[in-house]
Amino acid sequence: MDHKRNAFDFLRSSLSLGVYPIQQIVNIPSAASDYLSENLVSRGTLVDRIQELQRENTLSKARLLKLEALEHENIRLRALLDSSFEVGERVSIAEIIRVDMDPYKHHVLINKGSWDNVFRLQPILDANGVLGQVVHTSPKTSQVILISDPDHAIPVQLNRSGFRSIALGTGTTGRLELPYIPNNTDIKIGDLLITSGLGGRFPSGYPVATVTEIITNPGKPFATVSAEPTAKLDQIKEILLVWRGGPEKNSPQFNYDYQNSSNQTDNGKQSGGK
Amino acid sequence: MSIIRHQSGWVILATIVAAFILLIVPIPETLEYARPEFALLAVIYWCLAIPERVGIFSAWMVGLLQDALQGTMIGLHALTFTLIVYIVVKFYHRIRVSPIWSQCLTILFLLGLHQLLFRWIYGFTGRSVGDLYYWSASLSGAILWPFLFASLRFLRRQFSVS
Repeated sequence: MDHKRNAFDFLRSSLSLGVYPIQQIVNIPSAASDYLSENLVSRGTLVDRIQELQRENTLSKARLLKLEALEHENIRLRALLDSSFEVGERVSIAEIIRVDMDPYKHHVLINKGSWDNVFRLQPILDANGVLGQVVHTSPKTSQVILISDPDHAIPVQLNRSGFRSIALGTGTTGRLELPYIPNNTDIKIGDLLITSGLGGRFPSGYPVATVTEIITNPGKPFATVSAEPTAKLDQIKEILLVWRGGPEKNSPQFNYDYQNSSNQTDNGKQSGGK
Repeated sequence: MSIIRHQSGWVILATIVAAFILLIVPIPETLEYARPEFALLAVIYWCLAIPERVGIFSAWMVGLLQDALQGTMIGLHALTFTLIVYIVVKFYHRIRVSPIWSQCLTILFLLGLHQLLFRWIYGFTGRSVGDLYYWSASLSGAILWPFLFASLRFLRRQFSVS
């Protein structure tokens, strides 16, 4: 009942609220060490970091400018073709609560729940790619299944050739499997896999993994293909929650990040001027 | 009397919370499979010590909370905890008077049974849970039992829980 239909979701979310303080207590040491490592750094390190972020920010902004132009062009072309395409996605940042969950699953706990409008099956990203999706929500926390969980499958597409497939989790953090790739498919090591948007859960076009290994078996119809997730599944701290077709439909993607980083640049410029 | 009872209830609750904290504290991934079922061990201890107060219902409640804590199927730990504690309630006279090494063997059996049931139900829902390494949690629990027993008994005497 519970594992298929979530019949006890109400019970689970109220119980989760009950154990929330325990999870918070366990999270205190790592939160404290984060706080200390943020606050007890030397000036030189900070200056280095600001410079690095500025460089990164300039590059990202330049790419974003181009992206915006492309996005508008894309929308215009799609309008000509009469096909609808949702571009604007609302994102919000959440943090991972560092507690160990069931050791036989690849699940993590995040610090936002149904009170922050997180919903079941919501896609989760990080800065490098897709992480997974929400499986249970409680008022203050939600449980996220990672794409590396053996129970998880995500519809993907080869960025180069457009070939669609499914990437299955293997239970090993750095490896996904693509079981249904015919031997004669145009696929190479290093190819990027992006979400295809089929199935309607994940927005299309986000990077998922890069192909690392292809073994063709002449005796079998399908090749054995492994891929490595682009998101760093074992060292994530902050994640992005995505709402599709949010209120600001025509705003550029990752509006929040954009504004945030532009503020940082201004500050950096000011301090550099002084 | 009622105040003392109230206070002692608080001690039991505190040990359960401590067990929960030990259950979810991040540890290296290789050790994660060998993490003993602290909450079950605490419930078994209280059930051996004061079976008239801690019994099947408490075990069920603790199991339910652990399900919420670890994100397992709701009722999975609750069911196995209830069954294990039923055995403890049935045989607490014998377990209580046996020497500590014999208690360790009993605990090993009980934890093994818990893991067997757990694995069985997991299998029903279409998952497999690893290899032989899976059973190390029972072994570590049995090895830790003398220390847990001693510390919980100390707490019980210190706060005169009865």
